[in-house]
Amino acid sequence: MSTTTTAVPEKLWSGGKSPFKVEYGKLMMWYFLMSDAFTFGAFLIAYGTTRFATNGWPNPNEVFKSYPFAGENSHAPLVFVSIMTFILIISSVTMVLAVQAGQQMNKNKVVINLILTILGGAAFLSCQAWEWTHLFHEGAWWGRNPFMNADGTQSTTGFTNFFFTITGFHGFHVFSGVIINIVMLIMTLTDKFEKRGHYLMIEKAGLYWHFVDLVWVFVFTCFYLI
Amino acid sequence: MEHTAVAEHHGGGTKEVIKVTIILSVLTVIELALGFAMMGMEQGSSLKLAIKGTIVILMLAKAFYIVGYFMHLKHEVKNLIMTIVVPLLLFVWFITAFLFEGNSFKHLKNTYDPYKKELSTKKAEKKEETKEIKTEEKKKAVE
Repeated sequence: MSTTTTAVPEKLWSGGKSPFKVEYGKLMMWYFLMSDAFTFGAFLIAYGTTRFATNGWPNPNEVFKSYPFAGENSHAPLVFVSIMTFILIISSVTMVLAVQAGQQMNKNKVVINLILTILGGAAFLSCQAWEWTHLFHEGAWWGRNPFMNADGTQSTTGFTNFFFTITGFHGFHVFSGVIINIVMLIMTLTDKFEKRGHYLMIEKAGLYWHFVDLVWVFVFTCFYLI
Repeated sequence: MEHTAVAEHHGGGTKEVIKVTIILSVLTVIELALGFAMMGMEQGSSLKLAIKGTIVILMLAKAFYIVGYFMHLKHEVKNLIMTIVVPLLLFVWFITAFLFEGNSFKHLKNTYDPYKKELSTKKAEKKEETKEIKTEEKKKAVE
C-alpha cells in the first residue's frame, strides 16, 4: 500500500479520487470510534488519577474471586473474568470472518458468523450480569464499598463507583453492538446487501464490534489485573 | 466504482486471522499467568510494579493486533493510519499528567491534612459488623 502512496504523492490530494481509499461511512465510523476512545480514555484516566490520589486500594483478587454455581466462600480469582475475555476475543474473530465472507459475497458464511458473534456478545453480557448481581449481593454498588483495602484499612467508594461506571459503559457498548449485529443479520437474511451488491455495512458494524473488544482489553487490565 | 476498489485492498485472509487469534490468546494467557504470579507478592514491591508494567506493555501489544489486523487499519492507506493514530498520541500526555497530578494530590493531602491521613491508616472494622449493617440496610430497602 505504501509504495503506491509514495509513488504518486501529489496526485493523492489533487481531487478526483478518495485520498483515504475508504468509503465515507467507514471513515466516519473511524472518527466516531476515535471520539469514543477519548471518552473511555477519560474514564480510565479519571480512575487512574483517583487511584493514585488515594491511600490504599482494594486488591482485585480479593474482590473478583467468585464464579457461577460456586459456594459462598469460593476463592478463584481471575478465573471468571478470563472466560469473559476469551468469549469476547472469539466473538471478535467470528466478526472478522463475517466481514471476510461479506467481501467474498458469501451470504451463508456471513449469516453463520454473524449468529456466532451475536451469541458471543450475549454470552459476555450474561457473564457481566451475573458478576454485577453477585457484587450487588455482596453489598457493592455506586456509593457503597464493602471491600477493604489491600492493607486492611477502610476503603473509599472510588473503587466501586469507577468499576460500575466503566464496566457499565462498556457493557452498554456490547449491548448496542449486539443490537447492531442483529440488525445486520436481519438485513443479510432479507438480501438487502445482495441487492446493493456489497456487504460494506458489515464492515462498519465489524469496526464497532472490534472496538468493543479493544476497550475490554483495557478495562480488563485496569480493573482485574493491575 | 469506489466500492470495487475498496473491496480489493484486503490483505492476509483467513490465515492472518488465525495467526492473530493465536497471538491474542497467547498474550492473554501470559497476562493471566503474570496476574496469578502477582497474587502472593507484597503490596507495592518493585517486582510487583515491574510485572504490572509488563502487563501494560502486553495490553498495548494486544491493542495493536486488534486495531491493526481485526480492524484492518494496518492494510489501509498511510494517510488514514496517521489520521487515526496521531490524535491518540495525546493520551501519552493525558496519562502522564493526570497520574502525576493524582500522586501529587495524595502527598499534599497526607502532608497538610494529618487527621485524614490518620483516618486512612486506621484498620477497617471487622467484616461481620459491616455485614450486619448491610443486612439492616437491605431490610430497610426492602421495607
